[in-house]
Order: sequence, then C-alpha cells, then structure tokens
Amino acid sequence: MTKTAAAAFAVLSLTLWVSCAKKEAGLTAGPNFQKDFQEALINAKSGAVIELPEGRLDLDRGLSLSVDNVTIRGAGIDKTILSFKNQKSGPAGLTVTSNGFTIQDLAIEDTKGDALKINGANGVTVQRVRTEWTGGPSTSNGSYGIYPVQCKNVLIEESVSIGAADAGIYVGQSSNIIVRRSRAEANVAGIEIENSQFADVYDNKSMHNTGGILVFNLPDLPVKTGGNTRVFNNQILENNTQNFGAKGSMVAKVPTGTGVIVLATNHVEVFKNTIKDNNTANVSVISYFTTGNPINDASYYPFPEAIYIHDNIISGGGTQPAGEYADALAPVAGKPLPAILFDGVVNPKKLVGKRLPDELRICLQNNGDATFMNYDAGGKFKHISRDAKPYDCSLPALSAVNLPSPAPGTPAGGN
Amino acid sequence: MRGGLRRARDVSLAAACLVALSACGTRGVRTHLGEPYPAKLSAWHLFVGNPAALKPNAGVIPYDLNTPLFSDYATKYRFVWMPPGTSATYSDTDAFTFPAGAILAKTFAYPDADRGGRQRIIETRLLVRGTSGWATLPYVWNREQTDATLDVAADPTTVHWVHPSGKRYNIDYVVPNTNQCKGCHDVSKTVTPIGPKARNLNKDFDYPEGRFNQLAYWTKIGYLKGAPPPAQAPKLAVWNDPASGSLDARARAYLEINCAHCHNPRGPANTTGLYLLAAQTDPMRMGFCKVPVSAGQGSGNLLFDVVGGKPEESILVHRMESVTPKIMMPELGRSVVHQEGLALIREWIAAMHGSCVARPGTL
Repeated sequence: MTKTAAAAFAVLSLTLWVSCAKKEAGLTAGPNFQKDFQEALINAKSGAVIELPEGRLDLDRGLSLSVDNVTIRGAGIDKTILSFKNQKSGPAGLTVTSNGFTIQDLAIEDTKGDALKINGANGVTVQRVRTEWTGGPSTSNGSYGIYPVQCKNVLIEESVSIGAADAGIYVGQSSNIIVRRSRAEANVAGIEIENSQFADVYDNKSMHNTGGILVFNLPDLPVKTGGNTRVFNNQILENNTQNFGAKGSMVAKVPTGTGVIVLATNHVEVFKNTIKDNNTANVSVISYFTTGNPINDASYYPFPEAIYIHDNIISGGGTQPAGEYADALAPVAGKPLPAILFDGVVNPKKLVGKRLPDELRICLQNNGDATFMNYDAGGKFKHISRDAKPYDCSLPALSAVNLPSPAPGTPAGGN
Repeated sequence: MRGGLRRARDVSLAAACLVALSACGTRGVRTHLGEPYPAKLSAWHLFVGNPAALKPNAGVIPYDLNTPLFSDYATKYRFVWMPPGTSATYSDTDAFTFPAGAILAKTFAYPDADRGGRQRIIETRLLVRGTSGWATLPYVWNREQTDATLDVAADPTTVHWVHPSGKRYNIDYVVPNTNQCKGCHDVSKTVTPIGPKARNLNKDFDYPEGRFNQLAYWTKIGYLKGAPPPAQAPKLAVWNDPASGSLDARARAYLEINCAHCHNPRGPANTTGLYLLAAQTDPMRMGFCKVPVSAGQGSGNLLFDVVGGKPEESILVHRMESVTPKIMMPELGRSVVHQEGLALIREWIAAMHGSCVARPGTL
C-alpha cells in the first residue's frame, strides 16, 4: 500500500468510525427500542451521549446503566416520554450505579417501582426531567420519583415529580446536594432530604403533596448523620393531599397538610420560603420519638438541634389538622393549629439550666405573624406553650453548597 | 474495527491449529481476558460432543452449592475452569480469588412441558476473570439447542414446565442483562462471584472418579490453594435437608444465598441497613423489629421487616410471597413464588419469640 493510499484508508476508517459512533448513540422508536436502549446503556463508553427520540417510548422492563460518565438526553421534558405503563419486571424505571451521570430533557412515567434510582454515584446531574404517575395519587404508584441514594455531588434542577407514593424528589444518604427550580406535586412527600449532609433546596415549588419539604434523619441506616441543610426561597403551598403512602413506610406517618418537617436532623436553616395553607402545620420540628418507632440503633441521634427558621412568609393553614398528634392536641389546642409546631423533646443531657446551649437551639425569627406552639409531646401535652419568646434567637448562617464544576466525571465540554 | 481485526487473528490461529492438529492436540477451553468476547458459547469450548448434553471439556469441573439461589425452579448446572497451572486462593469468608482467565459457567434449564418434559436449556451465564475484573456474559440458547448466543440485553422467553407437585407453570423467563448480572454480583461496586465461597462449596460431590468433598477435590486437582481440611472450613446448611442443620441454620443459609448478595454491608442494598448474611449477629440488622426505610408499598402495610412469632406480620415474608415487581424480593431472577423456601422462612419466624412495639400513627 502506498503512503497516500494508507492515509486515505486511515481517513476513511476514521470517518466510518465517527459515523458508527453517531449511529450507536441515536435510537429510534419502535418495537426494538427496549432492547436497543438497554444495549446502548450496556455498550456505552465513558463520555457517551445517548440521545433519545421524541415521542412516547414504551418499555416493559427496567433499564440500568453502570458505565461512568454517560449522558442520557431526550428531546424535552414533555417530548421524550419513557412510559413504563406495561412494566413486567423491574423494579425501577432506570437504575444507575455509575459516576458522572447526566440525564436531561425527558420524562419517566408510570413505573411499577421507583422511576429514576441512582445508587452510589459520585456526580449526578438531573436536568429538566419529569417523573410522573399519570393516574394521580394512589398507593399503588411507585415509591420514589427522582431518587439518588448514597451519592455525592448531586444536582437536580428544573425537574418535576408528580404522584410518587413515597417521595417525589428524594435524596437519601448522600452529600453535597442541590435541588433547585423544580416542582413536586401530588406526591406523599414533595421533596425529601434524608440522612444527607450539605444540601441546598431552593427556588422549588412543592404543592398539593401530603407534606411539602421533609428534612429527615432516620435510624438503622448505614449513613445516619444528616444535617447542614438549607431550605430557602421555596414555595410550599397547600400540601393537603390525603396521605396515600403505604402503611409501614415512614412517609405514611406524615400528617396530611404539612408544609415543612424537620425530623431529628441537626443544623437546618429554613428561610425566605413562602409557606401557605398547609392544613395541619406549615412547619413542624420533631424528634424521632414522636414517630412512635422503636430506636434499636445505639449510634443514632434522635433530637433535632441547631434549627434556624427565619424570614419566611407563613400564612393560613392549621385549619384541618390531621394525624394522631393533631387529634390528641385538638381538645387542648383548638383550631387552627399554630403555624410552627415543635414537639418540645430535647436531649436532657445537653440542657444547660432549662435550655439547650446557644449553638444547638431551635431559633425562630422574622416569620411575620406566624404562631407557634411547643406541644410537649414528651409530657403528653401537659405543658403546651404558645410562647415563642424562648425561641427568639439566631444561629450562624449555614454555608452554601458548592458542586465541583464541571461535576466529577463530566466529560470536558459536557453540560 | 479493532475487534474485527482481533477476531480475524483468532480465526487464523484456529486455522493454524487445524492444519497442525498434532501440535495443538484436542481443542481445549479457550478463555478471553477482555473484549471482544465470542458471539457463540461454543467458541469457549467448555463442552464437548452434543452441546445440549453439557459434557464438560478437560479441566471443566462441575460443582454445586449447599444451598442454591432460587431461580424460578430452573435446574442449574455449574462448572469452573481455570487456565492450566493456575489456581484460586481460598478465603474463609469471601468468594475465592480466581486467576486471570478463570471461567465460572452456570446453565439454566427446564423440563419443557411442550416437548414431553425433555430438557430445554435457556441460558448459560459466564463469569470470566479478565485483566480488568470479572466480565458478565449471558448466552441465550437457541430452540434447536445447538448453541447459545451472547445477548447483553436479551428479551424474555416463555417457558412451560410442570412442578413435581403437578402444578403447571407458564412463565416469561427473564434472562438478566449484563447490568443486572452486575447488580447482584456486586461487592463494593466490583463484580464478584457469589457461589464459590468455602461455606457454599464445602460439601461432597459425585465426580466421575468418585465422591469427594469439593474443597478437597479442587485442592487435589490444583484449582485451590490455601484451603484447610473440609472439617475446619465453614459450611452452610442445606436449606431443605433437616439433617444438615437446625431450622435456624437452614433459614439463615437460605436468606444468605437468596438475599445477602445485595443485603450485606458491601452490597447494593446496603442502603436499607438490612443485612442477611448467615454470619450476621445483630438481630436488628437481620430485620427484627426493624422498620423499613425505602420499601414503599413493599411494606405491605406492615410495620417491621421481621416480627418474631408472626410471619404474617413480617415484611420479609410479604415480599417473598409477591410476584409484583416493586414488592417482590429478590427483585430479579424470580417470577414465581418459591413455595418451599417461603414455607421455611415462615416456619423460622413462627418458631421465634418476641414482639415489636410501635405506635402506629403520624408525626
């Protein structure tokens, strides 16, 4: 072969290779879509972008990805629809176990189990993704919509979650998290940050769920230290959908009509939110004891501490309190229930005199006319107090979450 | 293109062998340390003669486990092969460490009710130890049973068979895709074999040359280094053989092999904090009075994973009884209920005492 011919051959090969790569990435709708998409997910190389066509794409089995640095991209949040209405095996819609994962511009509908589960990844970017159960609230819907668990460096933005029988946007046992400019609607829990460290939840709209935004720290999990969570600039409205969570699940205990719950989590700042018309309580701060569940986990810390709730616009709500505590409270507290409820359970070992040290207090400031009640859950409501003065304090502002840029593992030039 | 070139070279090597047959001898097992992997199972030369008879080639050793994973009542045939002169390294607790090139082959078959009960082989899964870890390779058999084709994302296949009880089963058998293989064979995010651990292999097996303990046999043929005498090695009970262990030992063995590949501190279900290894000693970690975390509807409106004495109140049982994708456990590899395994776990829970205290209610 002459040099020229060899060069021409090399160019030709390169051209062929490039066109092949493109062809692999582009999938088309049709009866082979399930298999083609799954094969593309398996055969993807690091840095691959898998483009999905516009339209409703029917799938009957769960999909999975385990290759690092892959992007899945649709044609739009309402244009590319992965429908799992006829799902036979799964359990999730898409399960991801690899780092540097990006998913954009598509919807995942009607999965039997969770819609989008991302397990143990460093670098998760979810942009303009909708997860939805299209039949409306139902206990038979899947549990979680957008569900990163044991992940690091998580960005969820401009996304939508509707109808989850547990939590719409749920980040569990993770660290370094931003959930922003998203909408959670008609889920049991709208947005839930659980056993996670360093989370910023802002500019979201959480409405018509059972509970709007939950910051939880639960026992019996491998990652059991949650905290350093900021919830700000959100609209948390009318979360009065009858609880449809499966009994036995933690969210089944969330009273219908809850705006924000901080459960046994430390260092939480809730500020500049608009929290309106949540019919049990707009804001609730509680210890794990109030769940009624036993604590078998000696290393678990069940008390909420260093909670700073300030500069929120809080109005309405409390008019139709639901749940065991609300029922028990009703005769003594009347209606409506105050806007901010605290179960009053603190760690007796930490008390200095009669109160927590300054840096661990529950602080309420500048929440307009929002009313308050410590309902003394530990003392069976004997010493209910509506006096917010003991809580008039401030705590240092928590620092903002910074995600590495580009997110770890994101290919250069990626979004 | 690289793959194509390499494949071409393999072909020419094979041709060279054919030309100089005396030099190459009979065709031995041909392993692959990385991509591309052969499209056909036959290219590995694991079996000789009629492919469907699964007659092992030289060095391909059958084995089985004290308590196997339930896989929709499929009959399973397991084989191991290692490159000549290499061996696996023994561990008391973990899967053995295998040499590069080692192959674990597991074949799934049913008595086909549509063919008078003749065996139909559905798939052969290979775990191959390559230069960069284990590869998971599912090969799906053709209807003619002459060969199997690598299919990383196979479609389900309908299978009809009759259980010894007389019950006829029609199932959509799901061949796991490559990722799903990894989903179970996952220790700290590294693909790892599940079966070949001392406690699973420590049992007698009928070899052509006689009945031997598998650990001793592997040691004798040079496939295993560092193993103690079988009597000193750990051993799990046989789930359905009361002579092999107590009810507790058998139930724990069953839970380990069916659940603990995910439900262990280094497995993919470590997010739940439910750990079902037989060696687990903390009752809460085993599910006793443990409230579910992310089970969702999988909880079946029950409050605890396991309630001593009360199988009907135990989520563990509820999830074994289900075949609904989001409720059933295990999540994969099962589309019917393992009635006999379920009966064992029910019996195990029923035999225990204790209660769990909870105030059902709201926050």
